Amino acid sequence: MKNYIQLNLNLLYWILIAPFTGQFFKIAPIFRQMVFIGVRAAPMVALTAFSIGVTLAMQAAHSLQSLGAEMYIPDLVMLTLLREMGPVLIAVIVIGRSGSAVAAELGTMKVSEEIEALEVMAINPVQYLVVPRFLAMLVMLPALTIFGNYIGVLGGWAVCTFALDFNTAGYILRALESADTWDLYSGMIKSVVFAWIIITVACNAGLNVEGGAEGVGQATTASVVQALLAMLVMNAVLTCIFFFAA
Amino acid sequence: MNSNGETIIEVNNLVRRFGDRAVLDDISFNVHRGETLVIMGGSGCGKSTMLRHMIGSMKPTSGSVKLFGEEITAMKEREVERVRLRFGMLFQSGALLASLTVGENVALPLLQHTNKSPDEIEQIVKAKLEMVGLTGFEDLKPDEISGGMKKRVGLARALALDPELLFSDEPTSGLDPIMTAVVDQLTMKLTQGSHMTAVVVSHDMTSAFRIATRMIMLGHGSIVAEGTPDEIRNSPNPEVQQFIHGQADGPIPLNVSQEEHKDHQHVRPRPFLGGRFRFHHKHP
Repeated sequence: MKNYIQLNLNLLYWILIAPFTGQFFKIAPIFRQMVFIGVRAAPMVALTAFSIGVTLAMQAAHSLQSLGAEMYIPDLVMLTLLREMGPVLIAVIVIGRSGSAVAAELGTMKVSEEIEALEVMAINPVQYLVVPRFLAMLVMLPALTIFGNYIGVLGGWAVCTFALDFNTAGYILRALESADTWDLYSGMIKSVVFAWIIITVACNAGLNVEGGAEGVGQATTASVVQALLAMLVMNAVLTCIFFFAA
Repeated sequence: MNSNGETIIEVNNLVRRFGDRAVLDDISFNVHRGETLVIMGGSGCGKSTMLRHMIGSMKPTSGSVKLFGEEITAMKEREVERVRLRFGMLFQSGALLASLTVGENVALPLLQHTNKSPDEIEQIVKAKLEMVGLTGFEDLKPDEISGGMKKRVGLARALALDPELLFSDEPTSGLDPIMTAVVDQLTMKLTQGSHMTAVVVSHDMTSAFRIATRMIMLGHGSIVAEGTPDEIRNSPNPEVQQFIHGQADGPIPLNVSQEEHKDHQHVRPRPFLGGRFRFHHKHP
C-alpha cells in the first residue's frame, strides 16, 4: 500500500508539478500507448458491447412484453448501458487485456534489470514508463466507453428492429428521450476513476515484481484481481453517490 | 596511472548488513581520475552489492560513498540523478530496453538529457556502435542479437554521454577472446586518452590483469588484498593466489551455506518443491 501511494504521489508530481520546473513529459509515447491500450482493444470492446446490447434488449423484451410495456425496451437498454454496463464491462475488458499486459511488461523490465538501467541513466521510471501509460489510459478508457455505449445501443436496436415491432426512428427517439446528459456524464466520471485504478494498480504490480518469471506471473494475476475488486467496489460507491444518496 | 590525483570515488567505512550478516564490513578505498580499478572476488563475496552502493541504487547501513566529491548516500533520488549524468554503467546482462531497437537504446540517454538534433544523435549513435564493432546494427531489436552483442550495445549506451566514470559489471563474460580484447582495448583507450575513470567488476583474470591499474579483492565482506596488478600477482596471500590461478583447493570456501546465499540474493529460501509435496509410504 505504501508503494501504491508513493506511485500515485510520484505520478501527480510528474504530471502536475514537474512541467512547471522544465521537466516536460514527451507526447509521442502517450500516443503509442493510446494505440496499444485503446485502439487495439476496440474490436474486443465492440463485440462485447454489441452482445450486451442484444442481451439487454432480449431480457427487457422478455420481462416487459408480459406487462405490455415493450415500448420501454430502448429506455432500459440506454440507461443500463450509460450508467452501469458500459463503464463497468469495458473496464473489465481493459483490465484483462491492457492492465495485465502493462503489469507483465513492467514486471519483465524489472526482473531483466531494465528499470535499474533507466535509473542509472538518470531517467525516472515513473516519468518515462508510467506517465505515458497513465495519461493514455485516462483518455482511452472513457473514449472506449463512449464507443462501447454506441455499439451496445446498436445491439439493442438490432433486436428491436429485426425481432420486435420497432422502427429505427422510434427506437432512437425513445432511447434519446429516456436518457439525460447526467447519465452519460456519470458513466464518464466512473470510467475516468476506473482508468486511474486500473493503470496505477497494474504499474505498481509491475514495478514491484520480485523473483524472476514466477514473480512476473504472480504480479500480473495480482494486478488483475486487485484492479477488478477495487473497480467493482468503487463502482458501488460512485453509484451510491450519484444515484442513491443524492 | 593517476593522471592528476583527483579523487573520483571515495568509499569510507562502508558497512551493509542484511539481517545479522555484514555483506560489506568496513570497506574503504579511493579511486582517482584516469584509473581502472578492478574489483574481483568469488561469487557472493559482495562485489555487486559494492557496485550498487557506488551507483546509488542501495543505501548502506553505515559509512559513506562520495562520487566526484559529493556524498551520495544521503542524497534524495533527484539529487542522485544529477550525479548519475556524469557516469555510465554497463550491466552484466546489458540491460537493454527490449521494446527499443539497438540504435534507440544507445540514443536514449542523448534524447533524454541533451538538446541535440536527431541528425547529431544519429551520428553519435553510429560512432558509439562503431567503437564496439557493431556498425549497421541500429535497426535490430535486442532479442535479435546475441548475448555478447547485447553487452557491447550496453557499453555503447553507457558511453553515449561521454561519461567521466564508467562502471562495468562483468564486461567480458560471454564474449569471445577477440571481442574480450577489443572491449579491453576500448576501456584502456578511454581511460588513457580521455581521462575517463573505470571501475570494473570481473571474474576474468586475463582481462582484469590487462586493463587494471589497481585491483581490489573482496572476500568475507572485506578487502582481502589491494594493489597494482603486479602487487596482486605477487601477493603472498593464499586466497589471492588461489583466486587468480583458479585453483579448486585452497583457503576460499567452496560451499556457501543457505543462510549466506539467502542474504546475498535477498530472497527467502523456499522449501523443496514449494513444500507442497510430501512423500508418503504406500498403504498395503
